[in-house]
Amino acid sequence: MQGLVNRAVERFVCDTYGRDTWQAIMRGLDLGFSEFEAMLNYDPEITPRLLAAVAAALDRPQADILEDIGTYLVSHPNAAAVRRLLRFGGDTFEEVLHSLEDLPGRAALAVSELRLPPVDVSEEADGRFCLRIGAANSPGQGFGHLAVGLFRALADDYGALVLLEHKGEQAGVERVEIDFLSADHARGRAFSLGAFG
Amino acid sequence: MRDCGAAAPPDQAALDVLCPMHARLDREGWIVHAGPMLAKLDARSGVVGRRFADLFELRRPRIDDRVDLLMDGGAVRLRLRLRQPPATGLKGVFVPVAGGAVVNLSFGIALQEAVRDFSLTAGDFAATDLAVEMLYLIEAKSVAMEASRKLNLRLQGARIAAEEKAFTDTLTGLGNRRVLEPLLTRLIDAGSDFALLNLDLDFFKAVNDTLGHAAGDHVLQQAAGIMRAETRDSDRVLRLGGDEFVVILEGPVDRARVDDIARRLIARLEEPMRWEGRPLEISASIGAALSRSYVTREAGAMIAQMMDDADRALYAAKAAGRGRHVVHDPSEGG
Repeated sequence: MQGLVNRAVERFVCDTYGRDTWQAIMRGLDLGFSEFEAMLNYDPEITPRLLAAVAAALDRPQADILEDIGTYLVSHPNAAAVRRLLRFGGDTFEEVLHSLEDLPGRAALAVSELRLPPVDVSEEADGRFCLRIGAANSPGQGFGHLAVGLFRALADDYGALVLLEHKGEQAGVERVEIDFLSADHARGRAFSLGAFG
Repeated sequence: MRDCGAAAPPDQAALDVLCPMHARLDREGWIVHAGPMLAKLDARSGVVGRRFADLFELRRPRIDDRVDLLMDGGAVRLRLRLRQPPATGLKGVFVPVAGGAVVNLSFGIALQEAVRDFSLTAGDFAATDLAVEMLYLIEAKSVAMEASRKLNLRLQGARIAAEEKAFTDTLTGLGNRRVLEPLLTRLIDAGSDFALLNLDLDFFKAVNDTLGHAAGDHVLQQAAGIMRAETRDSDRVLRLGGDEFVVILEGPVDRARVDDIARRLIARLEEPMRWEGRPLEISASIGAALSRSYVTREAGAMIAQMMDDADRALYAAKAAGRGRHVVHDPSEGG
């Protein structure tokens, strides 16, 4: 389900930089269409090309773009459904961290073709978590950078204070360190199980 | 192996955590204790100290709310409904214990509404309860389904547009050759009365040759407009290609009406047109066939025969000089 990923990039660019920027990027890619359909499959080669084109058009490192997309998915009103689904991960941000290994499974439950790279979580010291995203046979492909933006915004959503850092990639596995400083640093955004629909 | 003796009943605090939606009843069916989640079902009046049957309507087993009848049996599955609004449906299990019974409840399929109606949070459910996963699944699937539904609508729109394009002559906006056979088949299968008029523009080639294709296109568009204006909405005008058109008159139609419309069409098409200030003159020849001249039979054979007859009538019209029409006469054979 590459469509969902490509569509997320599209929505991020359109909502943040405007439709003209997006159209220019798509003209440059010359795919023969200008919008992605979330529920269609696309050649997996398109996604890295798309991300490179977005980074080039915005003149910013690809890692930064991915981080911003992660933030966008949690905090932008147009992506409210994603935020809600992530909040089902737990009542507190700490619970979410402990349940991160379920994330690819949860994503596949929502859309069966959506395959996220595997996530491994370990609590290394008190309050320090280490995420290992991807595996040799299923590389992270930059999801680590996306995760940094996503979990930083999600921590805000819960009102927790965390420090996140991408520690690089080795043999397809990206390492992200999360220092969990405070569970109730600020008031989080309200979330109600039954608010949907 | 250690001798555990008779299993001691779990203490109340443990049961509140394990089964937050349980109630403990005395032998007469009064609620003597409620788990924290059950208490939320009527937070205003409270749950403890009320008769279980006053709070819930017992739908199965049907024992007229005589909960006390269940006290001396084994475990029983229950279906219940909250008596007060929102009349939430519940399922549960009734287990007699010393001094009364324990009833454990769950929302079952009404979960989504119940979460909203009673403002439940993930913390209200037992740690082992799959309710939150179920809510997640409902929500995730609804979002995915909505995306699919929108995609389907867009694809359907694109399909209809592509179909319309495939059946439309882009120059005139009239239906094209692909429309003809399905249209005639439908009319014949429905047993409808109709007339088939084959119409060729006369002197069109001369316009094209002397003034160019742009002038020719202008003539075709003007002619299409005239044919549409001179026929009814229920009639169909098609352009088969070049200067060949077909007009299908639907509904009761006899020779006199075909004569009338053919004459009018030709007269209107003969009115001088202008193109870039220069006058253009064309005319039209028409060969027609009436469906009522045929004994209805298999649509394919009848279409072939009618087209053939209308074509021969058209040639006869042209042979008689331009600007004429001929209606196929069945008595002449064919």
